[in-house]
Amino acid sequence: MGQFVYEKDADGVVTITIDLDGAVNTVGEEFLLGLEEVVTKLKADSDLQGVIFTSAKDTFVAGGDLEKLLAAETEEDVKELYDYVQSFKALQRDLEKLPVPVAAAINGSALGGGLELCLACNYRVAADRHDLRVGLPEVGLGLMPGAGGCVRMVYLLGVQGAMPYCIEGKQLRPQQAVDAGIIHKVVSADELLADAKAWVLGARGNKDLLTQPWDTKGYRVPGGISNAPKNLAMISGGTAMMFQKTRGLMPAPARILDVMVEAAGRLDFESALRYESRRFVGLPLLPETKNMIASLFFGLNKVNGGASRPKGVPKSKVKRVGILGAGMMGQGIAYCAAVAGIDVVLKDISLQAAEKGKAYTAKLFDKKVARGHKTEAEKEEILARITATDQKEPLEGCDLIIEAVFERIDIKDKVLAEHQELLAEGGIWASNTSTLPITRLSQSSNNAAKFIGMHFFSPVDKMPLLEIVVGEETSDETLARSFDFARQIKKTPIVVNDSVGFYTSRTFGSKLEEAAQLVAEGIEPMMVENLSRATGLPTGLLSLHDEVSLSLTRDVYETQVEMGLRDPKDDATPAAREFLHEMVGKHDRKGKAHGGGYFDYGSDGKRLWDGLSAWRKEGHAIPDQDVKDRIIFRAVIESLVVLEEGVLRSVADANIGSIMGIGAPVQTGGYLQYVNTYGVQRFKDRCDELAAAYGERFAPPAILQEHAADNRPFV
Amino acid sequence: MQSEAFIFDAVRTPRSKGKSSGALHEVKPVKLLGGLLNALEQRHDLDTAYVDDVVMGCTSPLGDQGSNVAKAAVINAGWDESVPGVQLDRFCASGLEAVNIAAAKVGSGQEDLMVAGGVESMSRVPMGSAGGAMFADVEYVFNNKSVPQGIGADLIATIEGWTREDVDAYAVESQKRAAHARDGGRFDRSVIPVKDENGFTILERDDFIKPGTDMQKLGALNASFEAIGGYGYDDMALSRYPQVAAIKHVHTPGNSSGIVDGASAVMIGSEKAGKDLGLTPRGRIVSTAVLATDPIIMLIGPGPAAKKALDKAGLTVNDVDLWEINEAFASVAMRYMKDLDIGHEVTNVNGGAIAMGHPLGATGAMLVSTMLDELERQDKKRAMISLCVGGGMGISTLIERV
Repeated sequence: MGQFVYEKDADGVVTITIDLDGAVNTVGEEFLLGLEEVVTKLKADSDLQGVIFTSAKDTFVAGGDLEKLLAAETEEDVKELYDYVQSFKALQRDLEKLPVPVAAAINGSALGGGLELCLACNYRVAADRHDLRVGLPEVGLGLMPGAGGCVRMVYLLGVQGAMPYCIEGKQLRPQQAVDAGIIHKVVSADELLADAKAWVLGARGNKDLLTQPWDTKGYRVPGGISNAPKNLAMISGGTAMMFQKTRGLMPAPARILDVMVEAAGRLDFESALRYESRRFVGLPLLPETKNMIASLFFGLNKVNGGASRPKGVPKSKVKRVGILGAGMMGQGIAYCAAVAGIDVVLKDISLQAAEKGKAYTAKLFDKKVARGHKTEAEKEEILARITATDQKEPLEGCDLIIEAVFERIDIKDKVLAEHQELLAEGGIWASNTSTLPITRLSQSSNNAAKFIGMHFFSPVDKMPLLEIVVGEETSDETLARSFDFARQIKKTPIVVNDSVGFYTSRTFGSKLEEAAQLVAEGIEPMMVENLSRATGLPTGLLSLHDEVSLSLTRDVYETQVEMGLRDPKDDATPAAREFLHEMVGKHDRKGKAHGGGYFDYGSDGKRLWDGLSAWRKEGHAIPDQDVKDRIIFRAVIESLVVLEEGVLRSVADANIGSIMGIGAPVQTGGYLQYVNTYGVQRFKDRCDELAAAYGERFAPPAILQEHAADNRPFV
Repeated sequence: MQSEAFIFDAVRTPRSKGKSSGALHEVKPVKLLGGLLNALEQRHDLDTAYVDDVVMGCTSPLGDQGSNVAKAAVINAGWDESVPGVQLDRFCASGLEAVNIAAAKVGSGQEDLMVAGGVESMSRVPMGSAGGAMFADVEYVFNNKSVPQGIGADLIATIEGWTREDVDAYAVESQKRAAHARDGGRFDRSVIPVKDENGFTILERDDFIKPGTDMQKLGALNASFEAIGGYGYDDMALSRYPQVAAIKHVHTPGNSSGIVDGASAVMIGSEKAGKDLGLTPRGRIVSTAVLATDPIIMLIGPGPAAKKALDKAGLTVNDVDLWEINEAFASVAMRYMKDLDIGHEVTNVNGGAIAMGHPLGATGAMLVSTMLDELERQDKKRAMISLCVGGGMGISTLIERV
């Protein structure tokens, strides 16, 4: 069993080194027991001179026992959690009341409960490590800092000052944390313990240094108390801003702000700590929280950990990548690869076009240099890795070539034929496409086993997802090496088998189609736009479709029909199809970039296109919930079908793919996790209802019926 | 009255110390009230849309309990959007004033169902936060000889010749009765435990009562108003009471009402409301009265107010079974008994605010539940509820079981 190692030196200073089981120290049962033991010992130590907390791990302490939080179901579980945080807080109070100085020597990242422990120390010094972060990331998983974090941060920084860290989960590098007033000092890693000790020895007997701000009589919370007249309007306005950001769909940020405001002078310190506990412990029972923990933590780890990567293939690295086409996608891929230390050959038909693609990386670095995050030298080093060219020769010997040219089979075939010989022995050819069938493309290859699809998302440097598409003949080794490349460039790879629209495009399309269907049925378009946003989608679906362009939807569909990949007879939403056809063909409403789609775009913003009144049926309305459910359920059902067809290899891939790639509302936990907390049976019943009212496309797929029959969640 | 004002139910929160160390400090005033509204809703399977109005007393209607705490609580409790709410302030009588207004509106036929009560989180909004001319206007205080109520309480004791021992003895009895009543479950019907959002109980029963209180313990306490009396308040008061040589300061925290947090709610309605909703009345409001006496001695209004209520009802002191006078100070209760010529054995039979505390705006309606429960327990008919009120006012409400 791991422990809190207690070592007292000749000066009477005790160093407590946290060394729990596992790779990282987390705040769980073991942590509490260890802390309790050392605090008891410290309190009993009569010639104690000071205390230093540090960690034996690469991180200081990072996070809490998420498995336990995820498993919480009953009132007893909530009570247990309440008792747990209250016990942790009591120990923090004990530390704060010790008559000697207590320092935190933060040797690695201190996150969540780790930072909360540090906040209960009189002095916080961090090692100057580029990968060290301090912060309270709980909100990102639908939780809140529940071990004193909200309360102590408010005392340190004021309500407004603490908001980015408590409500947005903003993490800081060591120097930023000093500037923010969260920690006191940064020193080099090898000076860390010496600095902590020097501080402890110097602070002995100095009452001001030994007393926490919140225990200091007359201490004023920065920015003033909540009930100060100047703050009252800010509290209400801050709540509104938070609602706008979360669309009222996230319970945690509202609770965090409430605790912060109460802590700023409405409650005394101890009551505020207790109030924080009360508001925290109920969160793990909420579906939003469960969804976020299940997908954004466990699901993401599973995906990145290689759940869909073939086993038995040794880990590989790409040394030299060729990128064909220096357009929007190609230049983004070049940037990611160069940053990851890979030599890049970026080719386009003209040197000018290739150079322009390379300049994209320079531009991104210029911003970082301006902000002081990178140096000019670092920028030059990265740029030196990118060779811009219009010649074939530099591609010679690439172990991976990614083709990112225009989405047309004939062009892609031509580029393949011209360049495939340049690959190094055993090299992989990847086609970046969002819609074209990989198996078909691979037929033009001289080695289909080494051919794979890589569906990048735009803008590539920002979007974390990569959808890897496995063709019928793609080998396991090719897949494994592609997966490794994705990790090498820090993307999260999901793996899908070749099918029309893969996973993401197909599911994304179903939402847009359903929105078009609603409009075609005569529902007020503004209702469709706003209710789709109200589900938590980042953008209203009519605006989104305008961005994507209605003509692209139509073109892709028609291409797929032409290629025999789709049969119009099977179209789930023929009214939507007809509507889009008319919008594009008859009215030239192709989308935002083409002068307007659902909306007209002017200098004073956008307004619905008047011509939509041709479809609008006055008085035709369906319940708001039905509109919202039709949109989300279409995407979920599509995901279930994709899983059923074996296109997806894991549930986690679907959840992560939907959140990171196609804007699934995070509180759903992704389009399959959503079913779990909705209730599998309940979800099936609702599908039946929707199918009866709106059509067979909502009928529960077989896989859902199976899971509902034995109440089995999708994991 | 055109119709009867029936009492269908009366509930309250437990009371706890009105300081940051008190159990209810962390509970917002809207939540204190909300718990009671939801309890009424659940106990009676109440269609809240039927409620015509919610009237809540509060003496420091600012900060967390400002901006019409009654309507805020109604919305926050999830009651039907058609239910309005109003907050009123008649100082310490606010809770009972709310009840009386509800009775008047129902009795006049203007409304059919109302909820009346009050809230005071003295830990979150300390007494005196509202300021006002009586406390903070030099011209007013000087011209009107506006002195703190404790000076008036000590003046009453001085005039009546009651010693420190007399008032302490009253306080010991209050503590004894309150502990006995609480521990015997006499408040259980009306006291709704305060819970958090997880369903965990924050406070189950009154925890302000100090059962071990005796004369010796009380005797050790310092008089609360001696020092400020000496600053000049005594002289200001005595300028109107030249017959008194000097004020004897006998009141201490031990024989004065406690500073606590709490809330109350009484559901009052017409016969029609009872029929429509299937509610059985527990009692009715017979008559109410409010008046004012000398604002300097301030606290001698309750006796006259009770007499006024009796006169209106055409009843006499002998027609009343139980009496409840808010124990703002021991001398107030003792003066009330003297004025009405009634004994302690029928007055404050379950103790009072000296033991349990006085959450200012809430207390009046709390006493309705206390009396209703006790009338039922003893199978008696009528009870008079009275409070002294700032500015020399007094208030009374006569209730009877039906």
